[in-house]
Amino acid sequence: MYSKIISLRFPKDIADQPVVVNLVKKFDLTFNILKAVIYPRKEGFLVMELTGERKDFQRGIRYLKSLGIKVESVAQDIKRDEERCFHCGACTAVCITGALYIKRPEMEVVFNSDKCSACELCVAVCPAQAMSVKFNKALI
Amino acid sequence: MPGKKAHKTIQEINRKIKEGKVVVVTADEMTEIVKRKGPERAAREVDVVTTGTFSPMCSSGAFINFGHAKPAIKAAKVWLNEVPAYAGLGAVDIYIGATEPREDDPLNRVHPGQFPYGGGHVIEDLVAGKRVELRATAYGTDCYPNKGIKKKVKLEELPYAMLLNPRNAYQNYNCAINLSQNIIYTYMGVLKPQGGNVNYATSGQLSPLLNDPYYLTIGMGTRIFLGGGKGHVIGPGTQHNPHAPRGKNGVPIQPAGTLMVMGDLKAMNPRWLAGVSMLGYGCSLAVGIGIPIPVLNPDIARFTGVSDEEIFTQIIDYGSDYPKGQARPLGKVSYAELKSGSIRFNGQDIPSVPLSSYVRALEIANILKEWIQSGEFLLSEAVEPLPGPKPK
Ligand code: SF4
Ligand code: SF4
Repeated sequence: MYSKIISLRFPKDIADQPVVVNLVKKFDLTFNILKAVIYPRKEGFLVMELTGERKDFQRGIRYLKSLGIKVESVAQDIKRDEERCFHCGACTAVCITGALYIKRPEMEVVFNSDKCSACELCVAVCPAQAMSVKFNKALI
Repeated sequence: MPGKKAHKTIQEINRKIKEGKVVVVTADEMTEIVKRKGPERAAREVDVVTTGTFSPMCSSGAFINFGHAKPAIKAAKVWLNEVPAYAGLGAVDIYIGATEPREDDPLNRVHPGQFPYGGGHVIEDLVAGKRVELRATAYGTDCYPNKGIKKKVKLEELPYAMLLNPRNAYQNYNCAINLSQNIIYTYMGVLKPQGGNVNYATSGQLSPLLNDPYYLTIGMGTRIFLGGGKGHVIGPGTQHNPHAPRGKNGVPIQPAGTLMVMGDLKAMNPRWLAGVSMLGYGCSLAVGIGIPIPVLNPDIARFTGVSDEEIFTQIIDYGSDYPKGQARPLGKVSYAELKSGSIRFNGQDIPSVPLSSYVRALEIANILKEWIQSGEFLLSEAVEPLPGPKPK
């Protein structure tokens, strides 16, 4: 399962079409609307969490874009569960920003969230499932 | 015993433990001591060296007896939180293996699979005191008529739960590289294409069998730290290969010896027994093991004094050679170099990534040291040595 929070900007000519419903019907995705500003015949703005198989998710996004909707991913926070992280170091293989790095000689794995680009690569790679995506509510 | 050489017995060391006079150091500390004072003096001054390792160890699992049901059942198939357990044993005996995924796991159908929950996680949940759903089906017999049960079980309520890992604590392991053109997802972690990184998996100079390369003290019956509790080595592990090539110092340069270990699950702690998910590979269990090595003579002092500079492993290509079953060494690298964060290979600097936790390994060695110093952990004599060559 894949899940991401995205924002949609609708051009005014399609703001009253059942676009979101089509994501469910055509692409087998589920959604959770977090914020919506939609007025008939005006430009609309929607923030939602979209969930489904990764392939369906990508097809869904292509569909939205094909309608002229501007799709952007909403900034999310990557968090580390300090209890679960056992400082193996596996995540440092994929973290190219250096947000996750090994402090030597202690061999402690440090997470510096200021450097994190929220690429999410570590989330799937961490064997302990210590890294997760947390949606930052302050951003909407 | 008077004389030039320091020789001790395990009984003498245990007496010192009881009297509160024992001298215990971690394998890290021993490296420094032997460097400074030499093996003769180190053997006189130090009684016990503690080692440690904390890493995913796939060949792990637990024997569980879940107690008789009413009406009675001879379980033929059993699931714990939907993870299949092996039930081809007595009526209510099962073995839950660490790498068994949930039955409904999509596995690698969407590659790389995530394997979020498996046998290792079941074991962790049990040890953490969580309730786990046990489901069993049966064909029914005259003495065991019940054809199916479903209940929530808790570790403390189970009549019997024993961690029994057929292969742990590998004595050295490969350093993995991927020379293919595509990223790969292996039990050695994520390997980027064209030698983008190398991954390695032992705690080097802290690792138990690297400190006792000829199995002079570690054998069947050795009491150990296992998963936060006390356990025992019960024999050589599967794939125990003592005849792997060794360096001049006796330390194997390839995967060599392994241990089969056992301990009461009820005395363990989830900090030292953690379910893990290896992207694209499967689920497993990270196991914490600590083994005390009695410093009976200067030879053992020398072996326990081994440093990361003197422990080597071989670089193996997991992109093409290994999957073909044609693993061949592409080069040799020391743990000191691996731990530095980058190694030199074919004229290039390649980032090196550990999969085994040095921080936790050291914590284990220190816990074991405290246990021995406080008198709550006595050393045991091996009743049978592990198969291996004579020291040179
Ligand atoms: S891979 Fe996970 S457990 Fe390992 S160091 Fe990184 S965050 Fe911690
Ligand atoms: S999300 Fe990306 S940048 Fe942030 S810590 Fe994980 S791998 Fe590094």
